[in-house]
Amino acid sequence: MFLKDPIATIRGGVGLGARHPADGDGRVPADGFVIVDTSTLPERVSPWEAVKLAREPHRPHALDVIERAFSPFQELHGDRSFRDDPAIVGGIGRLAGRPLVVVAQQKGASTEENIQRNFGMPHPEGYRKAIRLYRLAERFHLPLVTLIDTPGAYPGPEAEERGQAEAIARSIEVMTRLRTPIVAVVLGEGGSGGALALGVGDAVLALQNAIYSVISPEGCAAILWRSATEAERAAKALKLAGPDLLELGVVDGLIPEPPGGAHSDHDATAASIQSAVSAQLDRLDRLPLADLLAARYERFRRIGLVIEPSEATPPPKRSWIKRVLGR
Amino acid sequence: MRLRLPFGRRKELPSHMWTQCPDCGEMLFNKQLARNMSVCPKCDHHFKIGARQRIELLADRGSFVEHDAELASADPLGFVDSKPYPERLEAARVKSGNKDAVLTGTARIGGIDVELAVMDFEFIGGSMGSVVGEKVTRAAERALGERRPLVVVSASGGARMQEGTLALMQMAKVVMALGRLADAGIPYVSVLTDPTTGGVLASYGSLGDLVLAEPKALIGFSGARVTDQTIGERLPAGFQRAEFVLEHGFIDQVVPRAQLKERIAFFIDTLRPRPGDVRWSL
Repeated sequence: MFLKDPIATIRGGVGLGARHPADGDGRVPADGFVIVDTSTLPERVSPWEAVKLAREPHRPHALDVIERAFSPFQELHGDRSFRDDPAIVGGIGRLAGRPLVVVAQQKGASTEENIQRNFGMPHPEGYRKAIRLYRLAERFHLPLVTLIDTPGAYPGPEAEERGQAEAIARSIEVMTRLRTPIVAVVLGEGGSGGALALGVGDAVLALQNAIYSVISPEGCAAILWRSATEAERAAKALKLAGPDLLELGVVDGLIPEPPGGAHSDHDATAASIQSAVSAQLDRLDRLPLADLLAARYERFRRIGLVIEPSEATPPPKRSWIKRVLGR
Repeated sequence: MRLRLPFGRRKELPSHMWTQCPDCGEMLFNKQLARNMSVCPKCDHHFKIGARQRIELLADRGSFVEHDAELASADPLGFVDSKPYPERLEAARVKSGNKDAVLTGTARIGGIDVELAVMDFEFIGGSMGSVVGEKVTRAAERALGERRPLVVVSASGGARMQEGTLALMQMAKVVMALGRLADAGIPYVSVLTDPTTGGVLASYGSLGDLVLAEPKALIGFSGARVTDQTIGERLPAGFQRAEFVLEHGFIDQVVPRAQLKERIAFFIDTLRPRPGDVRWSL
């Protein structure tokens, strides 16, 4: 039927990975601090390895990075409505002297700490605190940096009662229109909508071994294979590892980790994040606000892959496929 | 008039003529059920309905003109579970008669031109992949271009796993387009039907200028399986129903199906941009 147009051609064409690192169309240029082309990666770990590395308890978590890369940092608490959610930390910091607002998901390194941080799973009030800080950044013309590291938004009854879905939707909405540059960095786990609520950026970066997924591999396996033990298979199928995300255009660049992984050297990891984010902010600071917002719209507008027969309805004049290719 | 079955013969009746109400157990004659907008006449249970039937109920007769009907999903990840994703898509196309999980187009509701998007739960659980994201985004962009209200009727289990993070990113894509509508003062009415959960609720579903829901519709962030697996407990009964969500302040009204069209027409007539109104000429 209409699939007679071989998908392989479409995929080869759009490529999803057919990225042009320095083509000046708003994409992240190669600046020496991030990997923008997977062919330059020395090695790719298996998806399941990436999941394990991303969840490694000694991996640097948000506050480990913040105290090294965004110092001096003053944490700000509370959503002004319900309570202070410890799974989201945020405040005012400096990145190599540049003042900015940081909002991050915080996991713990020990069980005790994890219980206090709810394993990095925010409640609605956490997202509402994030929104409050996004607006603070906008009002005082400070760039916003978000650090993503969550298994997902908390799925319990209290979260449902207080409108988890609305909080996430609103957080995404506020980011889409925030009148200040945003750089989002996936540190470890990017768990679905709960991660995306911090993930709408002008540049979206990820640590090399971070993951970002629509559903946890365990959740996916439980639904599709009716068994959580198939998580390894699901991890492979979901294309959730850093290099896959780069090829799909979900992230713009990968921040290299020290040999042995981010957990082996927190200082080096934080230094890499600091240089990579600085370089992005230098670039974004030069853009007029209207161009910044237009580029942010386009960045997300073009994500996805659809097959559209050529004899499609008249609008839009340029077909979707062509716009993706930028031709 | 309620139809009753002859005693003791319930199981032997031809199933294509009868439907049992899952709420009250009443056996309902299909034609009677269809005449009543697929609402149980005894207990008011709102059956799930397909996108085409929904459009018939909402749009003025013959006014719906479909757009982007040929847009189809590709298989960006090469996803295979118990069967390859392209086969799953093909099966869903045959089952639902649609190319993907949303129909979009231009229609009139109570004489007012709108952009209408209606999701279909029959198509892989109404899941949102690239096609759903693209079509709803285009509907929002057309609404902006034509300065018409946007009405989206959701019925979805969330983002489509088989398209991975590309499906997740559709949430941001649609919300981007809705932001432009909001800036231009064009109303967006979100209608939540049974069920609306996950990524659709956590993006455009919750962001309507007005959010309406059908009675007893399942509306919630996380599915039972995710909750069970993550925190090892089940949500209490009645959680995640439209009335519960109304009580907690996240939707404007619960509207019975029979009144839905009239209510939407009233709202969009009140909120829509009017020619000559200086406030709208930015």
